[in-house]
Amino acid sequence: MKTNDVILQTTTKVVFFIIFLFSIHIFFAGHYTPGGGFVGGLLTTGAIVLLLLAFDLKTVQKALPFNFTIMTGIGLLLALGTAAGAIFFNVPFFTHAFDYFTLPLFGETSLHTAMVFDAGVFLVVVGSAITIIQSIGGDS
Amino acid sequence: MELLMAILIGILFTAAVYLILSRSLIKIVIGTGLLSHGAHLLILTMGGLGGASPPVLAEGVTDFADPLPQALILTAIVISFGVTAFMLVMAYRAYAVHKTDDMNQMKGNDEHD
Amino acid sequence: MINLLLFPIIIPFLFAILLLFFKENVVMQRVLSVIGVTLGLIASFYLLITIKAEGVQVVTLGSWPAPFGISMVSDMLSALLVTTTLLITLFVIIYSFTSIGKERERFFYYPAILFMVTGVNGAFTTGDIFNMFVFFEVLLIASYLLIVLGGEKKQLRESIKYILVNIVSSALFVITVAYLYSVVGTLNMADISVKITEIGQPGIITVIAVLLLIVFGIKGSIFPLYFWLPGSYAAPPIPVLALFGALLTKVGIYAIMRTYTLFFIHDTGFTHEILMVLSILTIIAGCIGALAYFDLKQIIIYNIVIAVGVILFGAAQMNEAGISGAIFYLIHDMLIKGALFLLIGIIIYVTGTSNLRKMGGLMKTHAPLGWFYLIAAFGLAGIPPLSGFVGKLLIAQGAFQAGNVWGSIIILASSLVVLLSVMRIFIYAFWGEPVALPKIERKSYAQLMFPAIVLVVLSILYGIGTEWLIPYMTDATNVLLDPSIYIDAVLGE
Repeated sequence: MKTNDVILQTTTKVVFFIIFLFSIHIFFAGHYTPGGGFVGGLLTTGAIVLLLLAFDLKTVQKALPFNFTIMTGIGLLLALGTAAGAIFFNVPFFTHAFDYFTLPLFGETSLHTAMVFDAGVFLVVVGSAITIIQSIGGDS
Repeated sequence: MELLMAILIGILFTAAVYLILSRSLIKIVIGTGLLSHGAHLLILTMGGLGGASPPVLAEGVTDFADPLPQALILTAIVISFGVTAFMLVMAYRAYAVHKTDDMNQMKGNDEHD
Repeated sequence: MINLLLFPIIIPFLFAILLLFFKENVVMQRVLSVIGVTLGLIASFYLLITIKAEGVQVVTLGSWPAPFGISMVSDMLSALLVTTTLLITLFVIIYSFTSIGKERERFFYYPAILFMVTGVNGAFTTGDIFNMFVFFEVLLIASYLLIVLGGEKKQLRESIKYILVNIVSSALFVITVAYLYSVVGTLNMADISVKITEIGQPGIITVIAVLLLIVFGIKGSIFPLYFWLPGSYAAPPIPVLALFGALLTKVGIYAIMRTYTLFFIHDTGFTHEILMVLSILTIIAGCIGALAYFDLKQIIIYNIVIAVGVILFGAAQMNEAGISGAIFYLIHDMLIKGALFLLIGIIIYVTGTSNLRKMGGLMKTHAPLGWFYLIAAFGLAGIPPLSGFVGKLLIAQGAFQAGNVWGSIIILASSLVVLLSVMRIFIYAFWGEPVALPKIERKSYAQLMFPAIVLVVLSILYGIGTEWLIPYMTDATNVLLDPSIYIDAVLGE
């Protein structure tokens, strides 16, 4: 099934980055407002699926040469690692820590271990969803 | 409002049961999706629909929504997302191997292999 | 070490993640999964000792105070089940080295097993009803992968049904949790128990009790809801079948035992009566199935159903003998089912068929296999001093104490049917005229025998060592019979 979707392909090239940046925004917004790793991850997945629709699997794999299984693994490790950090301080599992730092450019910002956990969730969602889509689309 | 939600959930469950009992594999997958939507809405309704403000600590807010059902729904949605995705892969593979999506032709035991 | 009780859950999870990075490296996968399960096993033994010394262990995740955060609670029953789970998994993994085949090993077979163990251990340990749902899903998704892995025609067909049944039961679980939340306004299991005592179990709670029985009954395969089990369990290869048979239904049974001893204890005349009647019907249905088939796998699969009935019958008595008998029998059944499935796996491997009519005379060529099978079969039927005896004795004793004479007679009669069904395998497979066997490697036969023999020996030790196990069993029984121990440990008053 080879169609020549000039309009779709051209828009996708622009829209992909907009969706991707928006997903990053949503991911960071999850700090205090609605958003977070899962939603951000789903948005990124949506962007990649749009690429898959506009182009084909091979082109996308060439453009994004990640192993998505490894990505899932890294995400799970990040999430588990953040949660398990509590073990070394002998406080209950999943206990999070945060503090306020003054960073250049951002000014005073609160940094939170829960964000690392969320980054893990982000990677797991993207990794597993794309793995599933690849395994369906792989042999058609 | 609760009554309206109850009716909506009932409709979702009815549709889900109808679809799950149908023969086509893809309809069954859609049916399971509807079933989990109904269950999620049920959690929301069961937690009570009251509460005008979001459940965030702020000055002078006393009437806020119950955050727990929302957390439960989020978890349940993530899980049903994973399961539905997996089920779609499975349905596709089963269709590719069996050359049919009719559940009637997929019954049987060892003797049919 | 406040987090000790989480280690048997986290360690398999960590190693499952690590395995994702070594997809193609089969040797690495094997080594890492054995290391992971062994470490988990060490942690769980340490946990057992700690619980024996210090009582119920609790940790509430994220440092939230108890009814609000997710509590993980490890009492003696959970710790015993967690330990047994890891023990069986270890030997099933070793058995898989020779029997599962490189194709499956390369496609996330070991990670799936470890994820499933994470889910099983989590479900045994959690003290939060919604968290139990989450762990159920973890183990179910891993089991979906395991049941379909390999993608044979039959597997695909059966796993669709398996997944569908489980999705529906999971949706029911969510619905039930929603009802429970709207009535008691909490999800912490200890807190739920307190709240139900306060409102004195009105009718709606009894409805929820029956709904929960349906949910866990589908997972644990009790009488009208076991319909999916024989077909689905026959599809995957033997090591997966052994894991499913030994672990998955037991999670459902554990959940029924936990909820029916912690939540719904104020109207036992209704709820526990239903449980008892259903468990007896389960036993009868299982007996019919076990006698009807000439297929090795099906016979043992129907024996799972019988065991489910026996355990729940014990749990439904709600007296000390009945419950401690149920716990004894639960752990015995996990060990012996693991061993039996591995042994019939070897029989199928040696003869190349699972049809009893096509085998015979194995005693001449494979005598050790025959003897170990015989021991395992006697253990399953509960012939003293083997492991099934004590559990059944206590269950029958409990039933007589509670005045359910007919029930205990059916339990004892079912032992005979169990014995008959497994002896049929012995007679058909090991006696009679030898049939021509397909050529197999002697080396892999020996490698398959090792884990099976160890499991059989463990079950023998479990039977002989009853005397030393009694203190542990008493602890487990006390927590189930007296919910205040559990509640005090969690809510800390």
